Amino acid sequence: MLFATEIKRSTQPETPTGSLVRISLFIPCYNDALFPESGKAVVRVLERLGHAVEFRDAQTCCGQMHWNTGYLRETLPILRHFLRVFADAETIVAPSSSCVAMMRDHYRKAAQMDRDPALEREVEALLPRIFEFSEFLVRRLGVEDVGARFTHKVAYHPSCHSARSLHLDTIPLRLLHRVRGLDLVPLANAQECCGFGGTFAIKNADVSSAMLADKVRCVLNSGAEVLTAVDTSCLMHIFGSLHRQRTFVRTAHLAEILACSDDDAGQNSTLAPEQHDASSFGRMVR
Amino acid sequence: MTDDSRARILNRIAAALGRDSSAASSAAAASYAQIARDYRSANANSDRSIRDLFVERLHEYDAACTRVATPADLPAAIAATLAARRLATPAVASGVPREWLPEGCDFPAADSLSVHELDRVPGILTGCTVAIAETGSIVLQSGSGQGLRRHTLIPDFHLCVVLESQLVASVPLAFPRLVPDLPTTFISGPSATADIEMTRIRGVHGPRTLHVLLVAD
Amino acid sequence: MKPETTHWNRQDFPEAARKELAAKPSQDAPFAHSQTRRNVRNATEIIQAKRNAVVAELPEWQDLRAAGAAIRAHTLEHLDHYLLEFEANCTRHGGHVHWAADAAEARKLVLEILAPHAPREILKIKTMTSEEIGLNACLEEHGMHPLETDLAELIIQMGRDRPSHFVVPALHKSRGQIRDLFAREMHRPELSDEPEALAAAARDYLRQKFLSTRVAISGANFLLADTGGVCIVESEGNGRMCLTLPDVLITIVGIEKVLPSFQDLEVFLQTLPRSATGERMNPYNSIWSGTPGNDGPREFHVILLDNGRSPILADDESRQTLRCIRCAACLNTCPVYHQTGGHAYDSVYAGPIGAILTPQLHSMQAAQSLPYASSLCGACYEVCPVAINIPEVLIHLRGKIVEQQQSTVAGSLSLWNIAMKSAAFLMQDGSRLHAAVHLAQAAQRPLVSRNGFIEWLPGMLNGWTKTRDLPALPAESFRDWWRRTRSANSSLQPSAEQPSEPRHD
Ligand code: SF4
Repeated sequence: MLFATEIKRSTQPETPTGSLVRISLFIPCYNDALFPESGKAVVRVLERLGHAVEFRDAQTCCGQMHWNTGYLRETLPILRHFLRVFADAETIVAPSSSCVAMMRDHYRKAAQMDRDPALEREVEALLPRIFEFSEFLVRRLGVEDVGARFTHKVAYHPSCHSARSLHLDTIPLRLLHRVRGLDLVPLANAQECCGFGGTFAIKNADVSSAMLADKVRCVLNSGAEVLTAVDTSCLMHIFGSLHRQRTFVRTAHLAEILACSDDDAGQNSTLAPEQHDASSFGRMVR
Repeated sequence: MTDDSRARILNRIAAALGRDSSAASSAAAASYAQIARDYRSANANSDRSIRDLFVERLHEYDAACTRVATPADLPAAIAATLAARRLATPAVASGVPREWLPEGCDFPAADSLSVHELDRVPGILTGCTVAIAETGSIVLQSGSGQGLRRHTLIPDFHLCVVLESQLVASVPLAFPRLVPDLPTTFISGPSATADIEMTRIRGVHGPRTLHVLLVAD
Repeated sequence: MKPETTHWNRQDFPEAARKELAAKPSQDAPFAHSQTRRNVRNATEIIQAKRNAVVAELPEWQDLRAAGAAIRAHTLEHLDHYLLEFEANCTRHGGHVHWAADAAEARKLVLEILAPHAPREILKIKTMTSEEIGLNACLEEHGMHPLETDLAELIIQMGRDRPSHFVVPALHKSRGQIRDLFAREMHRPELSDEPEALAAAARDYLRQKFLSTRVAISGANFLLADTGGVCIVESEGNGRMCLTLPDVLITIVGIEKVLPSFQDLEVFLQTLPRSATGERMNPYNSIWSGTPGNDGPREFHVILLDNGRSPILADDESRQTLRCIRCAACLNTCPVYHQTGGHAYDSVYAGPIGAILTPQLHSMQAAQSLPYASSLCGACYEVCPVAINIPEVLIHLRGKIVEQQQSTVAGSLSLWNIAMKSAAFLMQDGSRLHAAVHLAQAAQRPLVSRNGFIEWLPGMLNGWTKTRDLPALPAESFRDWWRRTRSANSSLQPSAEQPSEPRHD
């Protein structure tokens, strides 16, 4: 049915295989520069599960900021660059639902703008190979327990793209449930946008701040010590306010929590309590 | 002006759609037939008695409902309902069967009443064309036993007889029973508003009380 | 042709929103909300919860949504055909069909129809098309008084306010505010603020008007091509009063509102009430064709209003905007609308649908800030009963606006354009981006506070740091870490990891 397929097309089918996978990482541009710890955590989790991970140095960005702000033509060279870099990658994993949503929801249309059938074919070939990190663990690898331990109160923020575009549903929660020692606390109005929206936070700064204030109130009321999500962009936004208000709630990408394990006893973890001063998320002010 | 505008609008539409407007009609029929109607096969309430569901939904939307065992019991049921509500004789829609009415009461014919007279009668008695369990709706079509639209609007009390054979489970099942051209009113509970702080208030301009007599037939 | 009245005035969304957010969260009161915002929040939360509950009851909801989308999309593709079919059938049943290319024509038609009847008062049912063409002001100018009969519209009219929501137009008003208004305007100082008492006051106030006024004006939810029928969905019964008691009825309706068949209502009478008010069925739906004998007005006119709609059909991408059945579910779920309410959109059509419809009705020559009034969270698309992909249309329209701007010298030299162009240049090459990150790591130093965060940014980025800190760029990016800890050829083997160097702070 025409509209039914359109409504559901962003979902990756659940086809878990136990076999080892060669994974090419896509670390979105702002993660690379601002939140390297989330990328490192992804590497740690995937390698701990025994998979081979590569990082292609030429990669840059998915083009989302340009596309969403209306710079549609300017997105095309970025898209072409992405396709070139990952042309022969077997499986691509990105710790960002909004970048993956950009590809699944908009790359087809972007490719059509150039009326270049070859480009459209490349996009079609790319889409089944790209996964959001948590989706990859559960839907592709069939893993829910990644051997993590994290003894903190955690709330999960289902970012808009992860929930409404990728339809991750309970996937991140299932992963969190299997983390030893983790106390998952409910977050009120969880499904409501935090107000980031890329350039929206700048173009409509007042509305964005008002949305953020509502979100932060819910986070503080939840009693969580750590707020997690599968998008560092939303977390950056929320933490921006948590930090401005001098609260003690930290934010961490889901991968950073999953990377904390028994074996390394927190050694490698940026979120291990004794180390969190050194984390880009964890620095406390007072 | 309107003829001009008519041509102008039609031309603009055809131009916007990138074709000649006269070519449209057969293509439209063919593509209309392609529309998927999967919702029609849904049967959510198959495990429940649609009678019970209908009664439950009527109550949920502030309508009253009394079950009547057979059509022969209707006159007594109507008399009892009026007595319980301390109502004098309501008006009756033309075409309501004589045998429904209790003996000895003089029911004014709704057809003979002006709008101001309708504003003063204690109520109105009608039948219906079809009733929908899932939504607790009764559907009235202008004509026999159901009156004109104003008859069920101006009086403050509406007593509606629904035969079980008129009851269907869902909205799509109601449509085949309707005559498309007739003035039609779907009534679901008494008139209501939620315009003030989203508080549902029963009864604004339509009848403030809806009472259904559901008759096994 | 310019549809001149869809916009009340020309205020950009961010500016208008700032005013609506007057009680802005600040350092001292980070969660301050004004009365209006509380009312909006409260009302939308209630409708949304009810909507979610009744939608969840229908396992076939997505099938209904898909069918609704398909029927509406099909109709738009054959819009001229269905309008002609409607016209023929409505006429056959005794109705008069008129065509208005724009707002001025529609107003003129109404005045011409009214002229022989010379009414002093006219009953009105809530209609967005009337709002769109500025009809009330026009009637007043010609010595006629339009009397809004919908409770919420009556509140708006008495308070000389503007609707802020197209299903519940007065949801920004609390019961106390409504009581004060009614007490003053209806001369009833004893009135309580119980919703029941307020509704009863409206009933008393309007009853004699309904029984005696000879002319009414309405909008319509749907036109039915195969029967020439009109369908109006309502709750209070004021609609039924206006449709059945007067001698003359004028229905003003957008050309996109037609459905192929009476039977198609089996879809929309399920999806519209559940989406709009969270009811399985609203109290009253009226459907009729033309002038049905003694049951209803003797004279019935339908004015088919284009007013900027037909050009929207030309764009394959944004044509879906016209599928809208005005349920307002997208407003109720929209986090932006929750904050600002409807007035900030400065349009008859607020919320997500207003953000895409308003600029298009103006051929993209006005309201250019509205497509940016969204964080693209997608909540609107998720609830839309005709599956309008509002985020996709928003982006599409943003694309048109950017193109417009780039076609002017000032626009192409704007800070935004230069910033986006430069960023696009960096993103085409990993080493360029790498170099830029290094540059930024050095350049940020003066902005970084002792706590390692950026608390103030200049220019257009200042909006961020008014309420939010930004983490400083760490000394080592992921790329640098990978280069340092893994072999140069981006090894596929895990390598022993060195502890990261301490940060510059
Ligand atoms: S766009 Fe969709 S959700 Fe919004 S009012 Fe229209 S039909 Fe309803």
